[in-house]
Amino acid sequence: MSRTSLDLWVGFFVAVGLGALLFLALKVGNLASSSSGDTYAIQAKFDNIGGLKVRGAVKSAGVVVGRVTEIRFDPEAYLALVTIQVDARYKFPRDTFATINTSGLLGEQYIGFEVGGDTEMLKAGDTIKKTQSAVVLEKLISQFMFNKAAEDGGKK
Amino acid sequence: MRALRDLGQRVTARIWRLGYASRFFLAILMYSGTSLRRLHLTIREIYFTGVLSLIIILVSGLFVGMVLGLQGYDTLARYGSTEALGVLVSLSLVRELGPVVAALLFASRAGSAITAEIGMMKATEQLSAMEMMAVDPISRVVAPRFWGGVISMPLLAALFSAMGIFGGYLVGVQLIGVDEGSFWSQMQASVDFREDILNGVIKSFVFGIIVSWVAVFEGYDAEPTAEGVSGATTRTVVTSSLAILAADFILTAFMFTGT
Amino acid sequence: MSQESLVEIRDLNFTYDSRPVLTGINMTIPRGKVVAVMGISGCGKTTTLRLIGGQLKPTSGTVRVGGQVVHELDADGLYALRRRMGMLFQFGALFTDMSVYDNIAFQMREHTDLPEALIHDLVLMKLHAVGLRGAHRLMPAELSGGMARRVALARAIALDPMLMMYDEPFAGLDPISLAIVGELIRKLNDALGASSIVVTHDVQESLKIVDYVYFVSEGKIVAEGTAEDMKNSKVPYVHQFVWGESDGPVPFQYPSRPYGEELMQSGAHGG
Repeated sequence: MSRTSLDLWVGFFVAVGLGALLFLALKVGNLASSSSGDTYAIQAKFDNIGGLKVRGAVKSAGVVVGRVTEIRFDPEAYLALVTIQVDARYKFPRDTFATINTSGLLGEQYIGFEVGGDTEMLKAGDTIKKTQSAVVLEKLISQFMFNKAAEDGGKK
Repeated sequence: MRALRDLGQRVTARIWRLGYASRFFLAILMYSGTSLRRLHLTIREIYFTGVLSLIIILVSGLFVGMVLGLQGYDTLARYGSTEALGVLVSLSLVRELGPVVAALLFASRAGSAITAEIGMMKATEQLSAMEMMAVDPISRVVAPRFWGGVISMPLLAALFSAMGIFGGYLVGVQLIGVDEGSFWSQMQASVDFREDILNGVIKSFVFGIIVSWVAVFEGYDAEPTAEGVSGATTRTVVTSSLAILAADFILTAFMFTGT
Repeated sequence: MSQESLVEIRDLNFTYDSRPVLTGINMTIPRGKVVAVMGISGCGKTTTLRLIGGQLKPTSGTVRVGGQVVHELDADGLYALRRRMGMLFQFGALFTDMSVYDNIAFQMREHTDLPEALIHDLVLMKLHAVGLRGAHRLMPAELSGGMARRVALARAIALDPMLMMYDEPFAGLDPISLAIVGELIRKLNDALGASSIVVTHDVQESLKIVDYVYFVSEGKIVAEGTAEDMKNSKVPYVHQFVWGESDGPVPFQYPSRPYGEELMQSGAHGG
């Protein structure tokens, strides 16, 4: 095996191997869509974040516009403090409504932005004023049962 | 009573050998300068361990992916979620099957070849001759083979996973008729670069170190006879396979649970 | 350093796994001479070579090469010393993954900065000295035993060493190759102005070419002298060895119980 053809084969092998890695990263994984651009940070306070996790998506109109980067507990207001990195390309009005939704019936939780009509935009460091917490399944069931009981009581 | 003493002796012998192997590992790291300065030696080893393993890795990857496609479809169809086939195939491969199966195949093909080669060089006194010529056999013979294996392993694992996903695509989309769009889009949405792919690469890197280390050590430590070399080759395959599976468990526990 | 002797071994003892391999060895290898170390298999001859080359450390005693105590050298010192030694291993130990040419060029490429053109000439010169210049393109697997041995010899003298060591150079060779190797050992020694140590149990060939002989039995030197001295030696072991007698101090029968006893026993069993 001459030196040059050996080098050629090894070069080919390394190139193909790295190509496979690239294929996995871009086509199979979400590297292309995950942000590496500029972002700005804003905060939101929730009564209950449910199953929201760090690195969860932040969507507006169903499109990913940011990521959850930090979730902390505010010991003074007894609320959850969520830090969001929003893609710098998008600006949202000050009265944006942040809700915690579930993708699918039992899927992962993400934050949804519903925009209001404010002319002023959120700046880096601002806090979203209006939030809606996650739907907790137990509360839903107890509410349903409460309503059912009230109904039956009313009918009687 | 005697059986207990024998057992104790065997365990001590194993631990002693592990210590010796660890010192050997440190020696490889210290003497790796030549592998860098005379890159050609390392490139030659990448050829023999990586390039020559391509066929077995690619073909096995393809078949494993195709089987995943078949089995996955069968199971998912029962829950009406066949569009998740892409997710199933890709996650299984990238997280587990790619690194582990590629490493096991690598251990049997390249690992045993390295052990046999070094063992034969020891048996025919070539290593001794090199020593007497004031050339350190660890830096000239052992270290390039070690680094050749470490470099080849992650590349082979990535190729295995890629071929497997292609195999799953062939069976799922082309053969069975799962929707092509949802196959890829669900996959992209569920496979995270950092969580899944990077962890898979880290795994294959660790496995590469394990296999290369065991292979060069067993070869270097082999008895310089025919039976000695054959025993060493068998030990390489068995020891690295067990070590790979054990390491996989430990790594998986750290990486994919907890956080 | 104009000492008379190149290698001096004084009161050397070597034990392996609490088994004494060499006991109280005293040897002197003068400059420019060919010295043979003879004895039956397993008497410690090859171990002596390894001690001189620094592959083993003595349990006690000293081995001096060129005035330096071998086992006290650090790694750099040891490697510097080894570059001035050449060793021919039993059966050659050629590097099987390289051609004959590359085998001989190996040390030149590793230890010198000589340009390839110069190395080319040197390699062919060494091969010519052993009569195999035409074989430089062959791979070791394509060589016969005798040819492989000669290529290994050419490789051992690649850097013109001051000390040559031969481990059983005549083992397994046909009569013609035997004569060739014997001649080469003597000629190269004289041409290089080096000293040579030949470990062997081939009496015929070695007594023809050596200046001095040490006889080793069970780790001790039992006799020493010139080739003539050995042939006329009254020491029973040496006599048995030189004249090739089947029985003597080295017994024919492997140690066992008395014959009659063993036969009776199996008779009783078989009965």
